[in-house]
Amino acid sequence: MTAKPREWIGVSVTRVEDRPLVTGQGRFAGDVAFPHQLYMRIVRSPYAHGELKGVDTTAARAVKGVIAIWTAADIADLPPIDFREGPNEKLAPFRQPVLAKSVVRYAGEPVAAVFATDPYIAEDAADLVELDIEEIAAVVDATLPAADFAHGLTTEATICKQGYGDVAQAFKQAAHIIEMDLSVGRHSGVPLETRGAIGRYDAARDVLELHGAAKVPHKNRESLARMLNRSTGGVHLYEGHVGGGFGVRGEIYPEDILVLVAAMRLRRPVKWLEDRREHMIAANHSRQQHHHIRAAVDKDGCLLGIDDDFFHDQGAYIRTHGTRVADTACGILPGPYRLPHFRVAAHFRLTNKTPAATYRSPGRYETNFVRERLLDKVAKQLGLSRVEVRRRNLIAPAEMPYERPLVALGDEVVLDSGRYEELLDKALAGFQWDQLEANVKKRRAAGEIVGLGLAMYVEKSGLGPVDGARVNVHTSGEVEVITGGASVGQGFETVIAQVAAQTLGVDYRSVRVVHGRTDRIEYGIGAHATRATVMTANATMVAAEKVRAKALDMAAQLFQADAGDLTIVDGVVLRTDGSGATIDLGQLAHHLRPVSSTRGDREPGLASDGWFTTDHMTYPYGAQLALVKLDPGTGGVTIEKMLIAFDIGRAINPMLVRGQLVGGFAQGLGGALFEEFQYDERGQPLSVTLADYLVPTAHEMPSVDVMILEDAPSTCNPLGIKGAGEGGVAAVGAVIASAVDDALGGEGLITQIPIRPQMIKAILDKRKA
Amino acid sequence: MSERRDITLNINGTDYTATVEPRRTLVDVIRDDCGQTGTHIGCEHGVCGACTVLIDDEPMRSCLMFAVQADGRRIRTVEGLAEGEKLHPMQEAFMQHHALQCGFCTPGFLMLAIGVLEKKPNLSDEEIVDVLSSNLCRCTGYENIIKAVRAAAAVMRA
Repeated sequence: MTAKPREWIGVSVTRVEDRPLVTGQGRFAGDVAFPHQLYMRIVRSPYAHGELKGVDTTAARAVKGVIAIWTAADIADLPPIDFREGPNEKLAPFRQPVLAKSVVRYAGEPVAAVFATDPYIAEDAADLVELDIEEIAAVVDATLPAADFAHGLTTEATICKQGYGDVAQAFKQAAHIIEMDLSVGRHSGVPLETRGAIGRYDAARDVLELHGAAKVPHKNRESLARMLNRSTGGVHLYEGHVGGGFGVRGEIYPEDILVLVAAMRLRRPVKWLEDRREHMIAANHSRQQHHHIRAAVDKDGCLLGIDDDFFHDQGAYIRTHGTRVADTACGILPGPYRLPHFRVAAHFRLTNKTPAATYRSPGRYETNFVRERLLDKVAKQLGLSRVEVRRRNLIAPAEMPYERPLVALGDEVVLDSGRYEELLDKALAGFQWDQLEANVKKRRAAGEIVGLGLAMYVEKSGLGPVDGARVNVHTSGEVEVITGGASVGQGFETVIAQVAAQTLGVDYRSVRVVHGRTDRIEYGIGAHATRATVMTANATMVAAEKVRAKALDMAAQLFQADAGDLTIVDGVVLRTDGSGATIDLGQLAHHLRPVSSTRGDREPGLASDGWFTTDHMTYPYGAQLALVKLDPGTGGVTIEKMLIAFDIGRAINPMLVRGQLVGGFAQGLGGALFEEFQYDERGQPLSVTLADYLVPTAHEMPSVDVMILEDAPSTCNPLGIKGAGEGGVAAVGAVIASAVDDALGGEGLITQIPIRPQMIKAILDKRKA
Repeated sequence: MSERRDITLNINGTDYTATVEPRRTLVDVIRDDCGQTGTHIGCEHGVCGACTVLIDDEPMRSCLMFAVQADGRRIRTVEGLAEGEKLHPMQEAFMQHHALQCGFCTPGFLMLAIGVLEKKPNLSDEEIVDVLSSNLCRCTGYENIIKAVRAAAAVMRA
């Protein structure tokens, strides 16, 4: 009987993460506790813009249990929070101070920090801190002419520009010019767990610890060490369970710095937990842009050029990402289409709102909406179907890899592989688009307000350039994979375990995956930009292959066999023909101990590092199709049918991929129809609870058909993987807008998201009148 | 602050005594005074449902109650669902159907679904969606939560 290892890659196995989470044994930031810890409460500016004239802490200090209260003067030695990718002289003046000094720039800005022995006491005392602020007129509209920011600086921090070709010439040659003004609202990730940070200084080891870390622990360790003037060896970050990331969590915020500095100075652990209202005004917002976009097309509807100016509403400060969202928007805007000439300019504007940064599919959710709205209008103006316009412009497989002289996330855009039209055909067939078109006509004739929507898009994933992992087989037989990755709930441990298990020949449930700990591995890229599976899984495979080779080599010596005749099944090394002796990996690890006499010249340990390097990102792609019905009485939108077709090259775990796509869709739906951080004219935030900022519930969620395609494996990595994390959310604004617009007659009336019922009702009422 | 009161909470069959200020929320006492951190706090204004526990078998938002209001009452939390190593059918179903990603909302959904199904085992699919729409999840898009609850309902009826 031949020995056959089990396949784990491509199998929808259940997750290794789940058991502690369903039994209440998780360890989220709120669950972390140290003896004698203090609790921090932040005093925040109630004004959107004002001169900070004084902070009176007298009454607050008198509260029993208050240990300290800090204002900017107490931490004058701390620099503003720096950019993750390093210094940037031009943007430096727009960075956020840890505590406001002389100006407050958004409602919610930290002004003082209270440290007390009990969280209730800290909150009581914070209420007693008196702020003397003289209100200044707030800037709440990023599209108005730039105002003064500070001496010699305007609110237009910079203009991000990209492009190629000769756009002016393209517009001269154009048979048609199509123009639109399009807006995307202010949304954010709004994870169910608010942020939390626990600082602890261990004087015995001279190590400063940050618990509650997420997303990019290693990068943040470097930034924090720089800011706090410590060696990275004396700073460690610990990621526990993370209650949703979505881009928002895991960036360095003022509160992270404060708990660390306080832990050092007060010599007690300091815990901070954000409340929900704080989260809505303090954690990063995202998305808000206003585009004025024009397309030059020839007589057949082929794009000749696109010219886009947009205003990016950054909020009050430029945080850790710098201009990354706007840059990515510029680089990815053309999507899956051939575009001979292109010019885009992003006016990166400061306003008096909560600062903005990334939210799942940053720069793509926005530009997919903008570009796809534009293509719908091209179709309308030329009398073509929306499907046909896309067909005529899609990049063909023969043109791959497709280099575009643009940059996204600092990486030159090279679309690595894709069969775009084939995916479109599969999606249309799966959705029964043609039948539905006929059906929609009939229903309209009967008085129903129904419409079909279509959006195509290219996602990006696997931002490199490099990641490493270490695979270590213990003498117990347990396989440990130590990564610098991070888990934000996406199933990271399971996916890495599956890749390690298949490569090594063990059961995935016997693999322990370490992540989010700077004290276990020196380098790590964390979990962002849909890179974890692509980068860390490939690095894991490299390391596991080396361990496998070493195990077989050791076993070959013991069996006096050829390593090529051996394999590993369920953690046991045996001959491929199933005959003869066997030995398990734990025993082999024993033979490879430093003191082992059988080890020979081999390096001690059944372990290896593995590194994976990539030149470019990889580009998954998809189509989203929707059928909607509008209610003329309420303006409400019902999604009757929804399809996501997404090619991710190769799915490690299709069940988890589907989970990412459907979960992402729900967030995209929020942004398309419900969610928006609104402000009044004084810059006061109006969406500060989950009753004002409307996250979709089970009621709003339609059933979603998902087609996971593997027609175009990535050419950038050996596993052929493209990431799935952002493919569900990316085009939802685009497709819902397309469908609602179609229901309203396809005239291009939907020019902003979220599409509120009031907008729809107003259009329908006007038509009636 | 106002004077403290002695209370006893029966959580998953164990009596916990605590001396608390009247303003202290039930969820804070469950988590911090009784050490049962499986119940999570998502919004503290009764919208998200992450803090749902069963009080005398009724699903309640433990962030909207003061601990003193629960004095002497019988509370069930996620920690009490499994019997030793044997998981509750609802916990099993959540794992089988990939009904959780980050897992933060999960305890609230488990307690909500179990609390309702124990009283009304024959809920229709529509009624299940109605019930589940009272809690928020930001990861899954609910599809798999609904599937898991339907599957567990069948097991609980059997």
